[in-house]
Amino acid sequence: MNTNVAVDAQNVGKIYGIGNSAVTALGDVSLSIQKGEFFTLLGPSGCGKTTLLRCIAGFETPTSGAIHLSGRDITHTPPNARPVNTVFQSYALFPHLTVAQNVGFGLKMLGKPADEVTKSVARVLALVKLEEFADRFPQQLSGGQQQRVALARALAPEPEVLLLDEPLSALDLKLRKEMQSELKRLQTETGITFIFVTHDQEEALTMSDRIGVMSRGALLQVGTPHEIYENPADRFVADFIGETNFLEGTVADGKVRIGTGDVLDVALKVQTGAVTLAIRPEQVSIVPTGSGIAAKITETTYMGTDTHYTLALDDGSDIVARVQSNTTQAHKVGDAVAIRIGTVQVLQS
Amino acid sequence: MAKPRAFDVTTLPGFTFIAILSFVLLYAPIVTLVVYSFNGGNSVNQWGGFSLEWYVVAFNNAAVQDATMRSLIIALWAAVISTSVATLAALGTTRRGKFKGQTVIYIIINQPLMVPEIVTAVALLIFFSSVKLATGYSGLGYLILAHSAFCIPFAYLPIRARLEGMDTAMETAAADLYATPLQTFRYVTLPLLLPGVIAGAMLAFIISLDNVVITEFVKSAGQDTLPTYMLGQLRRALTPEVNAISTTLLALTIFILIAFALVTKKRN
Repeated sequence: MNTNVAVDAQNVGKIYGIGNSAVTALGDVSLSIQKGEFFTLLGPSGCGKTTLLRCIAGFETPTSGAIHLSGRDITHTPPNARPVNTVFQSYALFPHLTVAQNVGFGLKMLGKPADEVTKSVARVLALVKLEEFADRFPQQLSGGQQQRVALARALAPEPEVLLLDEPLSALDLKLRKEMQSELKRLQTETGITFIFVTHDQEEALTMSDRIGVMSRGALLQVGTPHEIYENPADRFVADFIGETNFLEGTVADGKVRIGTGDVLDVALKVQTGAVTLAIRPEQVSIVPTGSGIAAKITETTYMGTDTHYTLALDDGSDIVARVQSNTTQAHKVGDAVAIRIGTVQVLQS
Repeated sequence: MAKPRAFDVTTLPGFTFIAILSFVLLYAPIVTLVVYSFNGGNSVNQWGGFSLEWYVVAFNNAAVQDATMRSLIIALWAAVISTSVATLAALGTTRRGKFKGQTVIYIIINQPLMVPEIVTAVALLIFFSSVKLATGYSGLGYLILAHSAFCIPFAYLPIRARLEGMDTAMETAAADLYATPLQTFRYVTLPLLLPGVIAGAMLAFIISLDNVVITEFVKSAGQDTLPTYMLGQLRRALTPEVNAISTTLLALTIFILIAFALVTKKRN
């Protein structure tokens, strides 16, 4: 086995309940996460990302498949015997212990001598910039500070893998942005493998080395943020990551004919017959009538830097264009215009 | 910000009257009892001036001292035993997955709350008399065991409530941080549960302290507790001494209940 693999999941499945009431939380997920990688599991709620995380942490036992940690089978190892720590969504800080005692808990349970625990706690608290709060209790801290304590507590035992279960979802936008770069910094500084679970695609795109997109218990695509965004494997991924327009079309003579009868010259691989075109709104530009596909503006939304235009094509399909706001050339609802389409992803229907 | 209330009972006719009447019914007898404990005369219903004499009499009465000591010993043991059992029962019913017969288990644990006390008393009398015959032992053990048994549900309920209100994420986090199940209990569950345990023990202590029916049936000769001693006194001459003892007991109970409220509130 490759020695650079931190976590290796092979055909992991998790089914809750039995018989007719059985619910499949995880289908048949196989995944390799490299050492030192910032890996994000991304998907809507209920897609199985948290179940997969809990299987890696040991809070759930998969009903099928195996999980290896640095080559060791840990599928049935209890959570306290896994060199893996978790940052919980609810933080789950111990309210009866001080910040320092919370952070030192893992090392104390591992039986480390008291002076070593004290030293490590001081080092990790410095890492998350919470030195002066060591003797406070968690209730006396703000949400953002509690988040840092949770992070420090999970980092203190220097786990092989750090699991983060939507840790930023309880923070307000400004704090969340701060913590995003903070997390990235900590990951680079410590070199620990991070597995991050989120439903926020923007968060996933900005922080991750690689992303695994999940839906309904299945892993749909694994790749770098760039690959996932520019080259979505299917309609779900394209739709979930960023905004996407979908136009139905058919392949003819190496080109794609869409519903309006217009023919687009797009890069085709092996697709034939009916296809779906995934078009990012920023790839749609509005041009004067006659110089592109005829369209009519049905809705405009001013977003500051950008303006979103919803356009109706002749066949009744809608397409959204995102263009830089331009006061002198703003289009109004009802304007007849034309559109030109840039980069297109062709998905087999 | 006050929420608009669709239904407010204070606007119904007679609300104030009913409320005051209820309080009078509840507290008039107790107030009378307390007032007459300071009576200078020999009567429990004819005022003969303020005096603390009956408190002096009660405190110097060797039989009262004896019964009080016995009551406290029994209540203390009953609180310790019933709270220990109740803690284990509460852990067993909340810190595991759903199981078949869960409701039945709850009913079995809370049985003393439902079975008529007199039935339990008679049952214990018959059971313990055969044990007495077989072993020859006739000490306080029987009373302690009997009190422990009926105190269990009173200790169980606050402990279970505390456990159910506790986020199990704490225990998950402890396991994640290398704590074995035993360490998790020692360093996380138990400290967080402590207010519930203390509350349960206090409740059990009070319940044991004022028990009459079961004690009356189970006690051997010369094993009067404070309540059974007072019951015995009523059959003879009724003097404000009983009022003085009752008032002292009332004061102790109120003190414990306030402590109970403080303990449960503080940690929440």
